[in-house]
Formats: sequence, structure tokens, C-alpha cells
Amino acid sequence: MSVVPAHLEEVTLRATGAVARRQFISRISRYVLLAASLIGVAILIYLAYETLQAGASRVTWHFLTNYPSRFAERAGLRSAIIGSAWTMSFTVVLAFPVAIGTAVWMEEFAPKNAVLSFVKLNLANLAGVPSIIYGILGLAIFVRFADMGPSIMAGALTLALMIIPMTVIAAQEAIKQVPQSIRDASLAVGATHWQTVWSHVLPQALPGIMTGVILAVSRAAGETAALIMIGAFSLILYDNTSPFDSFTTVPIQIYSWTVRPANLGFQVNASAAIIVLMAAVLTLNLIAAIIRERFRRE
Amino acid sequence: MPELKVAVGRAAETVGAPTSDVPMTFTGEYLDEQRLILKPEEQALFCLSNVNFWYGHKQALSNVTLEFPMNKVTALIGPSGCGKSTLLRCLNRMNELIPGVRIEGKVEYRGTHIYGPSIDPVEVRRRIGMVFQKPNPFPKSIYENVAFGARVNGYRGNMDELVDRSLRQAALLDEVKGELKKSGLALSGGQQQRLCIARALAVQPDVILMDEPCSALDPIATLKIEDLIRELVKDFTIIIVTHNMQQAARVSDYTAFMLSDESGAGRPIEYGHTQELFTNPRDKRTEDYITGRFG
Repeated sequence: MSVVPAHLEEVTLRATGAVARRQFISRISRYVLLAASLIGVAILIYLAYETLQAGASRVTWHFLTNYPSRFAERAGLRSAIIGSAWTMSFTVVLAFPVAIGTAVWMEEFAPKNAVLSFVKLNLANLAGVPSIIYGILGLAIFVRFADMGPSIMAGALTLALMIIPMTVIAAQEAIKQVPQSIRDASLAVGATHWQTVWSHVLPQALPGIMTGVILAVSRAAGETAALIMIGAFSLILYDNTSPFDSFTTVPIQIYSWTVRPANLGFQVNASAAIIVLMAAVLTLNLIAAIIRERFRRE
Repeated sequence: MPELKVAVGRAAETVGAPTSDVPMTFTGEYLDEQRLILKPEEQALFCLSNVNFWYGHKQALSNVTLEFPMNKVTALIGPSGCGKSTLLRCLNRMNELIPGVRIEGKVEYRGTHIYGPSIDPVEVRRRIGMVFQKPNPFPKSIYENVAFGARVNGYRGNMDELVDRSLRQAALLDEVKGELKKSGLALSGGQQQRLCIARALAVQPDVILMDEPCSALDPIATLKIEDLIRELVKDFTIIIVTHNMQQAARVSDYTAFMLSDESGAGRPIEYGHTQELFTNPRDKRTEDYITGRFG
């Protein structure tokens, strides 16, 4: 037992007074923020539960392979799934090279002047435009002016226009995160600007770009209003074989079933279709996430 | 080298002395006797004449006239902000990556003005390599780090052999042999810096510029790199910026002392053989700096 010298006063290191108050606030904030996050999760779980309860029984092989019908039990998603698959494929192929290319150009190659700031400002605005405006635009340009009619191609182009701004912004942010020291190192060994971008900037930015891709794909897969505007809201009783066919998509089919009178029993179909759509979107996101993790680990 | 020890000893004596009234920047005239140009037999590789450099409106280099000799280590020393790194980056056109910079004057490498109209910066950087202050290996394997430069420059020979040779030249091969697939970022700081040196060596340059290569490293790693520099100078020309005067004295053959004026623009004040500059500096400002009175 040591003797405490006289000049060392007893000091308490337990939280008192102002420190105790500050610590209390800090501890509470943790739980408040946790609660905020849980609200989102709770809503998701509730919606998932309700939908699964309502529609799980209807998700059968016949449901996936039947055409729409007047009778709820026989109505299926066949044409909608095929239409969605066609549309999403074209949308992805059209939108992502343009979006990622734009982001690379804006961040790496474009001269930093007023024109660039103007373009960036406009992109930010475009990302916030309601999708139905893109539908009207698509109707005017692709369906009428370019005479594509209410086809898969017109739908894909409209959706591509819609998701390009948000993808560009996400990709831009990802490219900005790549530290300048990596670019310096690459240029200092005699690589050209493009070689630096291709070999170092893009691989390092890829996780962030994939996050943008995930968000954009989810948005496009669930898009209804824009496609209704270009005329996809129709009864399709055949399999699409050409990008210039008329088409329908799963979200449109969900909408069309939801607005039927309740006594006809189509709400079950709608719930089942929602389950199918969510499963598809989750699978796409999973693939993109796997790609992202592969590049992140490197 | 008794005189050299005296100079360093003087520094040791005055360390801890209060900073004197010697200003950190000069206000006087340049003494024309300061020899900034090499004698013909010293084989100048770089000739800078009247180089002025601006970051936007701020002038960073003012009327720099200097020559760097072939196959020697030249050190650039001086207080912070005097333009050493700026000058270094002018030599391989790395400065033009920063927006808003402007350069005037002549920077001649082997007789060719590297900022000339038809000169390609990629060609310049292939011959004039650079090692940075903070080690910056690529987030790839050790092998890929070294091979990248050679690959993008179209190297057609045996890549394994080139990687081996570069790692050996950089005194890193023994420590990573057999683990070339490991990520470059998994190495220690000193090893990462040697990896960056190996990466620069793989493109078989003529000159290696080093911007304070040891400032982020511990003393043992620093010593290894200093030994490496003395080895490399047999085959390459090395220009090194350093804050550490003792390092400049140990490692370099020639030293240039730089200082900035009131507006912040820098230029070399004195230049010569390292031994002479450290034992018998001609300019009082040089003497004040190396004896630790300021900086």
C-alpha cells in the first residue's frame, strides 16, 4: 500500500458535471441513430412480410409461364418477364457505357472551365427530374419522331436517358475518390493518360461505380410511369422476338392488376408479381455486389 | 574528411541556439560569382536557363539557371517553400498535371528543350523517372507494380527477368523473393519505397528524380535507400530533393542551395561540389542554413 505524497491531491476520474452530461448525450445519440436505421429496416420487413403473405401462394411455375388472362387464377407473368428482360438488357447496354464514359471524360479529360461546370449542374438537375417527364420525352422523340412506335427499343432508350444522370454522378464521385498519388505514379513511369485511367483509375473506382450501377438498375427495373407514357401499357399475349415489338414489363403488369376491381382477385397476382420482381432485382444487385467485392479486395 | 566533420559539428553546436536575425528569405543582390553552370568536363545532362514558374498568379521559381551533371547525385536543399520540389517536377513535366501552372524559360535535357512544341511528355517521363515523397505503390501485386511501366511502354522481352533485375537493383529482391504475388501495399514503408524505385527502374530510365524519398521512413530504411542511391548512381543520374542536410552531405556529389525571395519565388543561391559547399560555403546565407541558424 503506497503512501500518497502530500502534494498529490485526491482526484476523481469518474464522469461528473459537464463531462457526465456530454457523455450521456453521446451514448444516447448512438441509440437514436440506431433507431433511425431500424425504421427503414422495419418498414422493409413489414412490406416484405405483407407481400409474401398475400402473394407467395401464387408464385408457381404456371404463374411465371402463363400469359395475362381475364381470370386471375390463369393470369401469369410470361409476357411481362420477357418484356422486362428485353428492355433491361437494352437499357443496360445503352446506358452504362455512355454514363461511365461521360463520368471518365468529365473527371479525367475535360478542361476545367465554365462549360464543364454548366454540364455538371445540368446533370444534377436531370437526376431529379420525375420519370414521367422522361416518358413524355421518349414518347415525343423515340415513339413518334423516330417512328419506333411503342416498342422495346423506345422503352429502353427512354429508361437509359432516365438512369444516365444518376449513374454519371455516382461514377464521378467514385473516380474523384481515387487518390492523385496513384495517377502521379502511373504517369511518372511513362504511361499515357488513357493507360493511367484504364489500368489504375477505373479499377480503383469500380466499387463505387458498381454501387451506382446497382441503384440505377433497381430504378430502371421498377419503372412504370415512363413506360406507360410511351405506350407499353397494353395486353401482350405473345413472346417478344424483336426489339421493335410492343411489350409490357413486370411493374406495368403489377400496376394493371392492382387497379382491377378488388372482387376479381387480381391483388394476389399483383403481390406474387412483386415477389418475382424483387427477387429478380435482388439477384441483379447480388451479381453487381460480387463484382464490386472482387475489385475491392484487390 | 576532417573539414566536413567540422561543418557538421558547427551545426550541432548551434542547434538549440535561438533563431538569429538572419532572414529566411534573401533581400540582397545575387553574387555573380556563384557558379551555377558546370565546367564542360563535368558533362551537364540538364541545362536550365532563366526558368520562371507560376502556380496561377503565384510565382514559385524566379530566373532559375542551373546545370545538373551526368552520372552524379545532385541534391537540392533549402528551407520549406523555396521551390525545390517545384524545380524537380519541372524536370520531367509532372508539374503540368496541375491546372493553372505556367512555365517560362528553357529546360534542356541532353540538349533538347523538353517543353518544346513537338516534345511528348510521355517520352520525357519514360527517360526521366520519379520517386515520390510518400511511397505510392499501385494496389496490385509486387510483380504487377514493377511490370506496369515496362508493359505500357511496350516492353517485348522477358518480363520475369526484367522484374527480377529491377527488384535486385532496388535491393528488394531478397526480401520479397517468392512472394511476388503479394500486394504491394502489404510491404513496410521502406520496402514500399524501394518497390517504387524498382518500378521506376523497370522502364530503364536515364535519370531518377527523388522528391524527399526518405522523409516518410524510419532511420534504418533511410540508410538502406541512401546506400541504394550510391549504388544506382553508377548507372543513372540522380537528382534528390531533401530536407535533411546530413543526408545531402552523405549521399550527393553536388548540392544546390535554394532560397525564396519576399514574393515567395525561389532560385538557387549557391551550387557546387557537396564537400566544398558544406565545408566552405561562399555565400553567408548558405552557411547560415547549413549551420542551422534558420530553416
